[in-house]
Amino acid sequence: MTPTRKRRLIAVLVIILGVGAAAVVAMKALNENMLFFVSPTDVEEQNLPAGKRFRLGGLVAGGSVSRASDSLSVKFVVTDGAASVDVMYDGILPDLFREGQGIIAIGELRPEGYFEAAEVLAKHDENYMPPEVADALEKSGHTVESATEKDT
Amino acid sequence: MTVELGQIALLAALLTSFSLGLFPMIGTYTGNRRLMAISTSAALIQCLLLLVAFGILTSAFVNQDFSVEYVARNSNSLLPLHYRYSAVWSAHEGSLLLWELILGLWIAAVALFSKRLPEVFRARVLAVLGWVSAGFLLFILFTSNPFGRLIPSAAEGLDLNPLLQDFGLIVHPPLLYMGYVGFSVAFAFAVAALLGGEISRDWVRWSRPWTLVAWAFLTIGIALGSWWAYYELGWGGWWFWDPVENASFMPWLVGSALIHSQAVTEKRGAFGNWTLLLAISAFSLSLLGTFLVRSGVLTSVHAFASDPTRGIFILIYLALVVGGSLALYAARAPKMIQGGGFAGLSRETLLLINNLVLTVMAAMVLTGTLYPLLIDALGAGKISVGPPYFGFLFSWLLVPMVLALPIGIYSRWQQDSASRLAGRLMWPLLISLVVGAGFWITVPGIGLVAAAGVSGGVWVTAGSLFYVGQHMSKKKHFKIPASILAMTLGHVGLGFFLIGVSLTSATSSEQHLRMEAGDQHVMSGYTFEFNGTRIVQGPNYTADEGEFIVAKNNREITRLYPQKRQYAQRGNSMTEAAIDPGFTRDLYVSLGEPLDDRGQAWAVRIYYKPFIRWIWLGSILMMFGGFLAAGNKRYRRKIRANKTEQTGTKEVTA
Repeated sequence: MTPTRKRRLIAVLVIILGVGAAAVVAMKALNENMLFFVSPTDVEEQNLPAGKRFRLGGLVAGGSVSRASDSLSVKFVVTDGAASVDVMYDGILPDLFREGQGIIAIGELRPEGYFEAAEVLAKHDENYMPPEVADALEKSGHTVESATEKDT
Repeated sequence: MTVELGQIALLAALLTSFSLGLFPMIGTYTGNRRLMAISTSAALIQCLLLLVAFGILTSAFVNQDFSVEYVARNSNSLLPLHYRYSAVWSAHEGSLLLWELILGLWIAAVALFSKRLPEVFRARVLAVLGWVSAGFLLFILFTSNPFGRLIPSAAEGLDLNPLLQDFGLIVHPPLLYMGYVGFSVAFAFAVAALLGGEISRDWVRWSRPWTLVAWAFLTIGIALGSWWAYYELGWGGWWFWDPVENASFMPWLVGSALIHSQAVTEKRGAFGNWTLLLAISAFSLSLLGTFLVRSGVLTSVHAFASDPTRGIFILIYLALVVGGSLALYAARAPKMIQGGGFAGLSRETLLLINNLVLTVMAAMVLTGTLYPLLIDALGAGKISVGPPYFGFLFSWLLVPMVLALPIGIYSRWQQDSASRLAGRLMWPLLISLVVGAGFWITVPGIGLVAAAGVSGGVWVTAGSLFYVGQHMSKKKHFKIPASILAMTLGHVGLGFFLIGVSLTSATSSEQHLRMEAGDQHVMSGYTFEFNGTRIVQGPNYTADEGEFIVAKNNREITRLYPQKRQYAQRGNSMTEAAIDPGFTRDLYVSLGEPLDDRGQAWAVRIYYKPFIRWIWLGSILMMFGGFLAAGNKRYRRKIRANKTEQTGTKEVTA
């Protein structure tokens, strides 16, 4: 083996090792930061453990939003038509949050039985329904306009 | 009647793009110079037709022609004039037309400014671009026609999405598209080189200025998007690792790798095949980005309403472009440029590190973006990948790149000695360590990672500046060559960016508060006093405008007026943050929602954001670096010098 070839072989091995290590670390990071989407029906049926972070999606139930008088705490109900979950959130809601709107809340179930949201997302576009929410609503037999454009 | 003319112009542009793709290409294989010469006029005519189509759509917006469905959906009679211009590209159909128009402009620019290239090569480049353009025009005409009529005509438009009624939207998409689409030129050069089996590496030099210009546009386009999100979304964040942002960031990462590998290939002939592959990847990722954004497969804060049938079209187009160019690469690449060897410590090695890190970063972003789609397709549940994944990987991947960067600037091609480099880099290293340690000790709560980030930013900045200093003292005069200045600007920009990101992420403060008129809150040494709200009337909205007096050490610094707007037509509300910008810190206030019926108490967000401007300042420097490097006279001069040599060998390569 000539010195040049030997050097090239070493270089290639170093690169393969480096990229391999990066890939392993990346997969680990990916698995640790993966959030599952869960519908209210799933919450009811699957008996999810408290303290595990996930994304809860559905419609904000009409008449369910109530605010504390002295803080930013807010309570509302997320529903997919078949089941519903109580959500507590301490913070400022997005502009497009309103009753009847599809939203996604990121947080965890508390042992007391409600969902504590760390973040609440509504979308930029009022015609838009998060595809997960649309799917979940359809599964529970709720008819909705899907993620596609509304005909106006 | 006029909008129908727009449609006819698009059809004519499609026919022109077919002739651009077909005839010059046939000419290059039959040696027919008249066929090859068609490319110039076809490119210019196509550009003209697209300008006409775009102009007609714009005039429909300006004149409020609500019989056009696209206009009726995205405009309103109360919309101010300047937003009527930008509303043209505010939704799917118009933004694709803008994309296609910009492609037409790039093609025309190639036709006009590459007259010095060998005839055959130039005809092939333009023909490849003709096919790219034909694909997009088919897409527009079959799935996304902006000129559709609404029968009966609407009396009033639905209005433009309020988020998009902003200066940021006027400039962000055109600049971003200039970058995205500009990579098609680098792509076309690579494909033309593969078609011709170019053994000389001249084509790399010819494609460099085009790639640099596209990269500079993409840099500023992404930075503007980030700035827009920062002040418009009202959450004080500048990057969310949202799939749509990732879609623009992947071509940027690969493009950054490409401009560096092109340098190696041009100067040393090494990395020849790699450069080809990167040129193909950069444009493929631009297309993938379009697919992800436009097909509606992603859940994203950016996801504006979209239509899945369009996705299938782009997917087929993507498969043809990527599959075709990769097949060509596999068939031809082994016979292409073969580079010279290099030692373990040389500029080539350090640029190899740069390229590896940048492509691994792009692969990580791609994984994080596509993994949820894969899991969903397998029926294993719906997931999303959170920002911590990207943040964690990037902070680690940046380490080797930042460490290697200044060494790369000083090192020599082919071989260098460690002791020589160590001697030159001693001062930048010392400075960066001292500054990093200084921040770690003096700034409370900064943390080791951010201090290391600052240190890395200073290492890159100081290393670049010292290099210029040494260059000047060696030459004994103050003229810096444009190429060195361009490189320095780009790298100092990266240094500023790193410092800004580290300090902002580690030392920002944020508070969500319930405030009534007269309430005060102290944060990071600043006192924010809320003076209540009043009603303000805008052209197409009414707003509650709050007044905040910001003071430090009992001295008033500024008054901030954030708004909560209520847009009449769509009936939705929008937060308009108020920001007091500064070189070392931003003060940022935005209104949440009224908390009681009398409108006395409000949910309020206040932020203190140190050094956040450095993120965009760094990006602007990088952009200038890119433009300056592209404007280098060397590219033009050498092409001229090569012309005689090339016309001699042309018959052989053809």
